[in-house]
Amino acid sequence: MSVQQGTAHRKWVDRVLSVNGWFVFGFLYLPILILVIYSFSDDRIVGIWGGFTWKWYDRMFSNPEMMKALANTVKVGVVQTVFATVLGTMAGIALDRYRKWLGKQAFDVILYLPVIIPEVTMGAMLLIWFTQVLPIDLSIYTIILGHIAFSTSFVAIVVRARLANLDDSLEEAAMDLYANRWVTFRRITLPLIMPGVLGGGLLALTLSFDDVIITEFVQGPGATLLPVYVFGLIRRQVTPEINAVSTLMLAVSMVLVFISLGFQARTGAGKANKEA
Amino acid sequence: MTMLDDRPSEEATPDLEKKAERAESWRGFFTALPTYLFLVLFFVLPLVIILIFSFAERSRTGKPVLGEWTLEWWMKLGDPLVRTVTWRSIWLAFLNTLFSLLIGYPFAYWIATRKRAMTRNFLLVLVLIPFWSNFLVRTYAWRTLLDSNGLITKVGEATGLWGKMLFTEPAVFLGLLYGYLPFMVLPLYAAIEHLDWNLVEAARDLYAGAWKAFRKVTLPLSKPGIIAGSILVFIPSLGAYVTPDLLGGAKTTLLGNYIVTQFKSGRNWPFGATLSVTILAIMMVATVIYFRKGGRTL
Repeated sequence: MSVQQGTAHRKWVDRVLSVNGWFVFGFLYLPILILVIYSFSDDRIVGIWGGFTWKWYDRMFSNPEMMKALANTVKVGVVQTVFATVLGTMAGIALDRYRKWLGKQAFDVILYLPVIIPEVTMGAMLLIWFTQVLPIDLSIYTIILGHIAFSTSFVAIVVRARLANLDDSLEEAAMDLYANRWVTFRRITLPLIMPGVLGGGLLALTLSFDDVIITEFVQGPGATLLPVYVFGLIRRQVTPEINAVSTLMLAVSMVLVFISLGFQARTGAGKANKEA
Repeated sequence: MTMLDDRPSEEATPDLEKKAERAESWRGFFTALPTYLFLVLFFVLPLVIILIFSFAERSRTGKPVLGEWTLEWWMKLGDPLVRTVTWRSIWLAFLNTLFSLLIGYPFAYWIATRKRAMTRNFLLVLVLIPFWSNFLVRTYAWRTLLDSNGLITKVGEATGLWGKMLFTEPAVFLGLLYGYLPFMVLPLYAAIEHLDWNLVEAARDLYAGAWKAFRKVTLPLSKPGIIAGSILVFIPSLGAYVTPDLLGGAKTTLLGNYIVTQFKSGRNWPFGATLSVTILAIMMVATVIYFRKGGRTL
């Protein structure tokens, strides 16, 4: 009887958990869904449905400032991601594959700090550093430097985690077969850690695309990025055009999620094969 | 080493080994060097500089002047306004961490305990999408929901339960909760999914009730997820800027906005530097306390 009671109890708990779960999903998704719906509404006021229209999308694409901000965002995103991925991968390899070297412990701390530091602090210190100490003019290049400074660490963490799960016997085998270090790296290590490198790169790209605070601190005149530009628009006045550009940004985020899931699925499959 | 000492004929080996080891160590150093230099130049030195500049005098344009030192900005932290803003930020960040945990734990537990791997993965993807989605856009969604014509305002007015919440503290809280909940759920899910359920079963076999087994076994075992999630929510909530700026009003200024103001219209860079260092210090203290407390009580 007590067993029956137990299962009844478990079922009841499970039902409560399920209801709660779908409520949380509703909480997470309804706001986004409503935002997307109103990007097609033919009324200037967001929240009043005025019939279906594409006009806010037309307006967005014919807004030169918006398009310039978009172009800058792509530029910064691509350039900073390339640099952060290379620097982060090298840092991950140095930390995982080399046991002891000069200043390793300090490097380990320095590398993790950008992950946990509040973004405002990072933005403020880079602003002071660029304008008061170096001093250089703020421009799209200072944005790129700032973005590399915070996203490199994330790449390094992802790559290091990937390396930690791979034993180095394959690399040793290659070296035993007289492959030199560079060939070993290019033919063995790099292909093995590629999912980590690409995953880290995607993370860096997403972080760059998500950033408002640091960019707002270190941007130069006329070189703003899309999120900061949209942020300024929202502050002035809410219009369905903002819903349209938001929908576009959501679509980009979704594409990035699915690409990253694709990598993970492939990595998972590889792991399963190895275990079998 | 002692083994080698017994074999004097191979005296050269330790030397060679040492040499190889040294070469290997230099290779590690040079692999890290570019990143090392970059981070020293664009992270470590700026961090040191901002601390130094928090003791600098302010020029008429608000920029710091080196060479004239003052404690004025650090004393200013005691001002009633600054104290109010600081405590409000800490309070909201704490409240957000607490509620994220209360909502996120049963949620993550539910996902992690689905029997079929495909169901689990599907639900996980549903969490990952908002997690990766643009933060500004997700905050903007709440701006429109809480505005005069927003759905939530209309529902509140129709039921008579609440009015327009935009530009109030509850609006900021809702925005923070919405923004950072996925950061809590993912580490919790990872911790609960990797849990050894045999231990929970063992507790049940030893006549522990469902609740007791949860409290004494499941909860302590998911502690790494709780700690990671709490830190991931607390830190960005404490430095929140976009959320209070878009959803809050003049009466809900948080540290993040207050710092940005010092560098813009406030024209007081040294004080902005002081506040930036302060928020970093609060974050570090909170993290240490959390690890200590977590280690003891959970």
